[in-house]
Amino acid sequence: MTAYGLLIDYEFCTGCQSCEVACKEIHNIPVGQWGIRVLDDGPWECSDGKFNWNKIPTPTRLCDLCVERTDKGQQPFCVHHCLAGVMQWGTVEDLAKELEEKPNQVLFVPKPYQY
Amino acid sequence: MELSDYKPAPVVKLDSLSDVNDIGKPWRYEDGDYTVTRTCPWSPPGCHPVGCGLKLYVNEDGRLEHVEGDENHPVTQGRLCPRCITLKDYVYSPARILTPMKRDRSERGNADAWEECSWDEAFAIIKENYERIVAEYGPETIIGMSGTGREGGTMSLYPTMVFGTPNYCYMQSGYACYTPRLAAAAYITGSTYSEWDYAGALPDRWDDERYTLTEVLVMWGKAPLESNPDGFFGHAVVDAMRRGTRLIQIDPRVNWLSARADIFIQLRAGTDTALAMAMLDIIIKEDLYDHEFVEYWCYGFEQLAERVATMPAEKAAEICQVPVEKIYAAARMYAKAKPAAIMWGLAVDQKTDGMQNSQCIIALQAITGNFDRPGGQLVPGADAGHNELGFGYKECIPDELFQKMIGMDQYPAYCNMILNSQCDLMLEALETEKPYPIRMGFYMASNPLSNTSMEPKRWHDALCKSLEFCIGIDLFMNASIQATCDIFLPIATTAEREGTVFTHYAPCTVTAGFMHKAVDCGGLPSDMELAYRLGKYLHPERFSKWANEHELVEAFRLGVENGGKTFDEVSKCVVAQVPIEYYKYEKGLLRQDGQVGFATPTGRVELWSTAYNQFGEDPLPYYIEPEFSPVSKPELVDEYPLILTTGARVTAFFHSENRQIPYTRELNPDPLLEINPKTAQEKGIADGQWVRVWNMFGEALMKAKVTDAVDEKTVHGQHGWWFPEQDGSEPNLYGTFRSQINNLCPNGHMGKLGFGAPNKCLICNVEPVSESYDTDMNLIWEKFGKLV
Repeated sequence: MTAYGLLIDYEFCTGCQSCEVACKEIHNIPVGQWGIRVLDDGPWECSDGKFNWNKIPTPTRLCDLCVERTDKGQQPFCVHHCLAGVMQWGTVEDLAKELEEKPNQVLFVPKPYQY
Repeated sequence: MELSDYKPAPVVKLDSLSDVNDIGKPWRYEDGDYTVTRTCPWSPPGCHPVGCGLKLYVNEDGRLEHVEGDENHPVTQGRLCPRCITLKDYVYSPARILTPMKRDRSERGNADAWEECSWDEAFAIIKENYERIVAEYGPETIIGMSGTGREGGTMSLYPTMVFGTPNYCYMQSGYACYTPRLAAAAYITGSTYSEWDYAGALPDRWDDERYTLTEVLVMWGKAPLESNPDGFFGHAVVDAMRRGTRLIQIDPRVNWLSARADIFIQLRAGTDTALAMAMLDIIIKEDLYDHEFVEYWCYGFEQLAERVATMPAEKAAEICQVPVEKIYAAARMYAKAKPAAIMWGLAVDQKTDGMQNSQCIIALQAITGNFDRPGGQLVPGADAGHNELGFGYKECIPDELFQKMIGMDQYPAYCNMILNSQCDLMLEALETEKPYPIRMGFYMASNPLSNTSMEPKRWHDALCKSLEFCIGIDLFMNASIQATCDIFLPIATTAEREGTVFTHYAPCTVTAGFMHKAVDCGGLPSDMELAYRLGKYLHPERFSKWANEHELVEAFRLGVENGGKTFDEVSKCVVAQVPIEYYKYEKGLLRQDGQVGFATPTGRVELWSTAYNQFGEDPLPYYIEPEFSPVSKPELVDEYPLILTTGARVTAFFHSENRQIPYTRELNPDPLLEINPKTAQEKGIADGQWVRVWNMFGEALMKAKVTDAVDEKTVHGQHGWWFPEQDGSEPNLYGTFRSQINNLCPNGHMGKLGFGAPNKCLICNVEPVSESYDTDMNLIWEKFGKLV
């Protein structure tokens, strides 16, 4: 079976939180729960005086990659609204190629899990 | 812009957009069970006029079911921020008010005393009070209190044609938002704010053959990603960065862009003018300026050179408390890059010497030859502007009345230029009844007690005491209306209305967008439609030339009178690009007389400003130490050891808005005070602990966010806080005074021309408190989560 994922270019993710809110809107997720969350590392100063600040949208166990939309050929709702345009949806195979071409990206392959 | 220019902008598809998409769809179309309306929103909800592309999905019952970004928009390309993604929650919020309400004056401040009434009754009450007050005190005793970012705040139509008062007043001390920058640019270059050229008006955008990618972008006291300032789509900066644009960031506070800048100058708050003078000095001394542009198009270069020589980099480094080598590096990097641009933000306005700060930045842009160069700074042409400022003054405000505008004697540069009464003197007039009393008010998209006004308790007391009658015009109840009003008039959201949105409030417009009405929530009017209906009721003769609201929209926004038919026709394009020209000063496109050059008395960029000189201001830039700083007030350092800066935006909120929308409130549930880890440790403050922050003007309770975003000497407080979930009655007023950072910001500390306020460079102290005031998101969800 083909695996799908989200490729996120965290070099340019600004932490606008559009993905978080878009996800909640399309899936009617109540407050206190999330389908994707922007994890925030920074700002902190490195020895060379530059700041590190990365924000990484991370799918949660509620993320179904907007299967209803992708079945129709649309992209997930978070990807559509991402202000910095740093999210891509696709097959793991295609996204892995993109991952090779540009550094500072991360590939998520979310699937709702049960324990 | 010619009528023939209103055609759909060519679409530039984002790489991440799938092949199944809505590119090329008309302004309205069917999609399954939905009717989809494409629109470019401009308020409410509040936002600067960016006019991002929106698709509104309405079901068979006429209900808005789904909101999505419109990929047909040439600049936003389908992307949206949380505030439009949650538009449906805003439209159907249970807190929204859909019916006019009245309340007896004696019941002001009592949230339970409002009674619903008909529009007819509301208008009759307004007419009775309006006519009585005009007869008894004169029309000048009426104040139109405006805010920012909603169409209603920009509409001089309200004060002029509806109420006939010269006292249209933006409620922030020193009008310290955008307008000082516009005014400085107008005085010095003859055109207003010169926006960075981000290829927004070009059909092929970044790849257009006329465009050259900006090599270096200087972000000066500006955080566009969160604020979309004045109609600029903030993430265009990221689009440019991905293509190779490099950044210089100048800010006391670290933001995400600072971490992506080649040079980040974390200067002491309020010292920007010293830095700007030093950069000019370096560029001139090292011969890095554009000789040709200076020789042909600038006036007063030698005098400027002499003046900025008084601020060598070494001196500025000491004042700004930054390494001197960074100043040299920034000046050289900016001057050597072609093209380069400076985006200059709100921080420039929010200091006493803001007009001098602007003056220096304009000089930097000029002497490096970046004016009207592709990828540099776009200069607004002689044809810029869209009718707003000044609409109705000629017919409705006779000169004698106009001269009564509060502040006209003391601050003509302010009052005449922006047709606004001087805010700080307005507060004094309310308090002292001099030169005359202010007796009636109405809100033009403003919530001064929670957001716009400094020392809001002073404004509260003054408004409550002085106003015999006051009208609230809004979608939600807020603290200002609750405390001061006798009538509430509800208005439509952007989904329920027609209208236009010209980016950047008209100067340097790159796109012209149209709003289309997709749903109806009870026939509520937009601000402009309300102005028409109420204006026609009070002054039928002034409005008789338009048969209906629609014709007024056409006249006001397009400058055309064609029975509304022209508007109907051109609005179908949804969003058009505005044709632009580069190097307009060489082509006679900046001056009304068609001559080459700039629209100033000398025809040049006036580095030695004849206008400043005429108004009694120093024609050359100078630095003033912030009035409240550890340097100017060493005797207060023990009492107030920290520098206070305020007002940085977040994507969750537009100033005081969106607090009652659960999904946006959840992104930022509590009012935050950013404090450096070392300072927090010294003061015994833990991350997430509530603190009291105070100075000589007032205090606020906020929640500490311990972060390296600020240095050890500085704290930053969020603005615009109130708590719609709390009791609205006096004295609580939705808790608006509890966590109000404006309590710590004074009135009356503007510059010589009446502009500027020190809201981003004050002093304060902070201590931990043991109580917690954390917002209960479950309560917010219960109260506001169920849509109606």
